[in-house]
Amino acid sequence: MSKLLQRYNDRERMNHWFVVLLFVLAGCSGFALFHPSLFFLSTVTGGGSWARILHPFLGVLMVLSFLGLFLRFVAANRFTAADKEWKKQMGQLLKGNKSAMPAVGKYNYGQKLVFWLFACSLIVLLITGFLFWRPWFAPYVPIAVIRVAVLLHAIAAFVLVLSVIVHIYAAIWVKGTLRAMTRGTVTEEWARSNHRIWYDDAMKR
Amino acid sequence: MASLQTQDVVARSATTTPTPQVRSAVAPVAKLIDESKCIGCKACQVACMEWNDLRDEIGSNVGVYDNPADLTPNSWTVMKFFEVEPKAGNLEWLIRKDGCMHCEDPGCLKACPSPGAIVKYANGIVDFISENCIGCGYCITGCPFDVPRISPKDNKAYKCTLCSDRVGVGLEPACVKACPTGAINFGTKEDMVTYGDKRAGELKERGFQNAGLYNPAGVGGTHVMYVLKHADQPELEKLPRNPSISPAVSLWKGVAKPLAVAGMIGAAVVGFFHYMKVGPIEEQPEDGKREKEGS
Repeated sequence: MSKLLQRYNDRERMNHWFVVLLFVLAGCSGFALFHPSLFFLSTVTGGGSWARILHPFLGVLMVLSFLGLFLRFVAANRFTAADKEWKKQMGQLLKGNKSAMPAVGKYNYGQKLVFWLFACSLIVLLITGFLFWRPWFAPYVPIAVIRVAVLLHAIAAFVLVLSVIVHIYAAIWVKGTLRAMTRGTVTEEWARSNHRIWYDDAMKR
Repeated sequence: MASLQTQDVVARSATTTPTPQVRSAVAPVAKLIDESKCIGCKACQVACMEWNDLRDEIGSNVGVYDNPADLTPNSWTVMKFFEVEPKAGNLEWLIRKDGCMHCEDPGCLKACPSPGAIVKYANGIVDFISENCIGCGYCITGCPFDVPRISPKDNKAYKCTLCSDRVGVGLEPACVKACPTGAINFGTKEDMVTYGDKRAGELKERGFQNAGLYNPAGVGGTHVMYVLKHADQPELEKLPRNPSISPAVSLWKGVAKPLAVAGMIGAAVVGFFHYMKVGPIEEQPEDGKREKEGS
């Protein structure tokens, strides 16, 4: 058994999983209102009317709890010059050729991209969502504005869901990743092969 | 009200399979409002309240005849009065009975996310099935005429039903029955178009050169039509010149819907096959060396 490195502390992990729960609930209630084939998901939150009532509250709560993650991880997710090389080699990685990848810190370019897609789509969802939140806010917004807001809301939700799919898939694909969020720790091997710079820093500490 | 089981439903909100529509002998209907015959008595408003058991709050006088000032969840039709000058120096008092236009291509139905909350019957009537309404207000977003209103009492959307319950048993709408001057007519859409054109012709002979039928093509025509004295200037009475479902709404509840769902399912499927083809990235026991087979 190899040594373990701490990657996320308990607060970070609980914050993450709280966002996950809210994402599932807001997602189900939101999907229900988006496409008829997904209307059955409204039962998750108690039927059509309850989906409509709860969705905005769940969404606002999700954004607020994501803000916690954002503030914790924004520094580590700033793009750097080194990300360019990783971006260039991304195609190789997808083909399974990991040896071509440059050493990265706590997060690689792909992870950073997902982080910022989350942040950007959530801010669009938050702002546009308020504009057609009934019964409280929508009556004060011109219908022409609401029409644009609903479209942007749907596009942002689509971007968010796609990013989440990439996020989940990466965690399944790269073995040893999931335990970073479930247990808070990763193996030295995982850290060395996937986040070399972060590993070296951790070893110095 | 509940869906009328005796009527064919040719379109149903948030539904992707065919709706009941075997009855083939149903003629589209229409209400024709001839503003040149309207005296603004509001009998239609009263009849609407009476038949539909609606009692709006007693409001306050805002200085004009309009009362209430706009459509509400409890006032499905409202007489609107306009003091306008179609030609400079030529004051006219126009009166328009406002309410749902019953579009052939209803924006409310297109936008509605709740299965069966909005239906269009074979006769063309667009009806809200209130028990299926979830109160999201998407119908308001979709409507090119700003008609649906959500009640603060129950968070359900309401509008003119074109008295679908009366029409379903062969009666004319209550407002038509009550109109003392024959300004509101009801019949098959074909007959009403013919009659409307005839009335417009008569008005032209009387000096209203631009009289005409308001049956806007942008929404596929409507099942409530107006004979306007100034059909070239529908804005005089706050009617949109070329109403159609907003492109944003068409995109949102049109192509974006299946594309987005396909995109999301597609992403998950691509991920699945990527995993099966390429395989996972394993933890490597030692720097730069691959795990031995079978170890």
